[in-house]
Amino acid sequence: MRTIFATLAVLILAVLPVAAPWLQFVLTLAIAKGFAALGVAVLLRAGLISIGHAMFFAASAYGVAFLARAGIHDFGLLLILSVLAGALVGAVAGSFLVRYRAIFFAMLNLAVSMVFYALCAKLYSVTGGTDGMPVPVPAVFGIVFAEPVFKNVLFYLSLGLMVLVGVSVQRYLNSPLGHALSAVHTNEIRLEYLGIPVWAVLLIAYVISAALAGLGGAIAGFAIGRVVPDFAFWTASGHLVLIAVLGGIGGVPGAFIGALFLELLHSAAVTVTDSWNLIVGITLIVVIMFMPQGVYGLFARREVSSL
Amino acid sequence: MTRPILEAKGLHVAFNGVKAADDVSIAIHDGEFLAIIGPNGSGKTTLLNICTGYIRPRSGRVLLDGHDITRLSPRAIARRGVARAFQIPQLFSTQRVIDNMMLALAATDGLWSAVRPLESPARRDEAKALLDLVGLAGDADRISSTLPEGHRKLLDIAVALALKPRLLLLDEPTSGVSALERFPLMEALMSALRQRGITALFVEHDMDVVARYASRVLVWNAGNIMAQGRPDEVFSNAQVRQRVVGVA
Repeated sequence: MRTIFATLAVLILAVLPVAAPWLQFVLTLAIAKGFAALGVAVLLRAGLISIGHAMFFAASAYGVAFLARAGIHDFGLLLILSVLAGALVGAVAGSFLVRYRAIFFAMLNLAVSMVFYALCAKLYSVTGGTDGMPVPVPAVFGIVFAEPVFKNVLFYLSLGLMVLVGVSVQRYLNSPLGHALSAVHTNEIRLEYLGIPVWAVLLIAYVISAALAGLGGAIAGFAIGRVVPDFAFWTASGHLVLIAVLGGIGGVPGAFIGALFLELLHSAAVTVTDSWNLIVGITLIVVIMFMPQGVYGLFARREVSSL
Repeated sequence: MTRPILEAKGLHVAFNGVKAADDVSIAIHDGEFLAIIGPNGSGKTTLLNICTGYIRPRSGRVLLDGHDITRLSPRAIARRGVARAFQIPQLFSTQRVIDNMMLALAATDGLWSAVRPLESPARRDEAKALLDLVGLAGDADRISSTLPEGHRKLLDIAVALALKPRLLLLDEPTSGVSALERFPLMEALMSALRQRGITALFVEHDMDVVARYASRVLVWNAGNIMAQGRPDEVFSNAQVRQRVVGVA
């Protein structure tokens, strides 16, 4: 039943831009943010809230811009190298951040990400400062498309990656490593007495979550065509936490459902009133008060009750 | 007598001036079921904490197979074949009973198994067999926090057994377990320990359990060993009867 629901959802997403072409950009950005929110949701399983994951989102986006400036124009290579860059930043930051818990973990992530933001904004000669850096249209499998065609290709590649990465992350969460990650939240002492190194479990999760955020950042960079320091600003990190909680951390689809819900709500609210923040805010309050498992919880619950 | 599997030599531990171990030396040999008895607060659990690396003594050494493990972490000691069941069960309370077991079983497997699915038919069968041993087979799919306290205790013991230890440290294994279940549990546990060649050290307050199942008893009092020997020898000691057993 779950596979049928997921397949239907992906098919609906695939045809939406055909019916309403303006949705293509919104959906691509939603999928990009969904990847990053999934990274945040992975850490939430261990009870760790990161208010700094926009750093990895920005690190990979800047990675794409720097690599393109260095003469690499292949989409696949740019994507892989930039995600690896995000994962590397995650490994460095994670090596000391995973020692902390609760508010200390959240605040240290915030602090490190703001240092990164300041570097991006102030190193004008390297990063272009607040003007940012352009991300040119890359070649896909050796073919250089016109920009509108590339954006179409990008959307469908992102959709494919969403399925592929989503399945991989679900496999990780179902593995002993994934179960150990959830166990960190409930009983670190027992984990240690099982001979499982808690720091390694957390570091692996942190690097995976950074790579996911990086993947989102790279896709966003391609979609927008420019990278700016605001990608790493703390409000962007807060936005990712919001998406993760809104979608529901019970399963992988939650992050993407949250991102799609928020992006579509935002797009719809903007067309109704200038005070779109009010509509978004009220909707969020309703969701958080009446759907503690997030939007995904609604589907998960229906599935259980239909068994 | 066989060689000691675990030795503690000259242990000194104190908390706020109260001595939990005062120049204590003990040894447990391969195949023994050593019971430690003593009044509450006398330092019995502290000994388990020291032997598993949770607490470091002010002075003294702990040797496992002759190798110094005094400064090792609980994780490193667990990987050397020492498992522990706790006085207050230490479980993954939001996960199912079977998942608690399968994670413990996976912990003993190689690195590659860490990225394969936790649940496999073979691992599930092995987990179920251990749950059956402690009488929890019917609770396999329950969330562990919903179990009654006695059953949580049994699950904690089953988790420790899943690590396939050479030495098992049990902190009051029958506390919280109903009087009816106490002896069947101990029978099953002792049978499993004998079959698997596991040496055990258990802290216990139930003297009937100690008398029936311990091969040697060590009486711990105020950070010192008051007496040790076969159960019948120890329980015939007048001082032990008066201060620990509570019979004049």
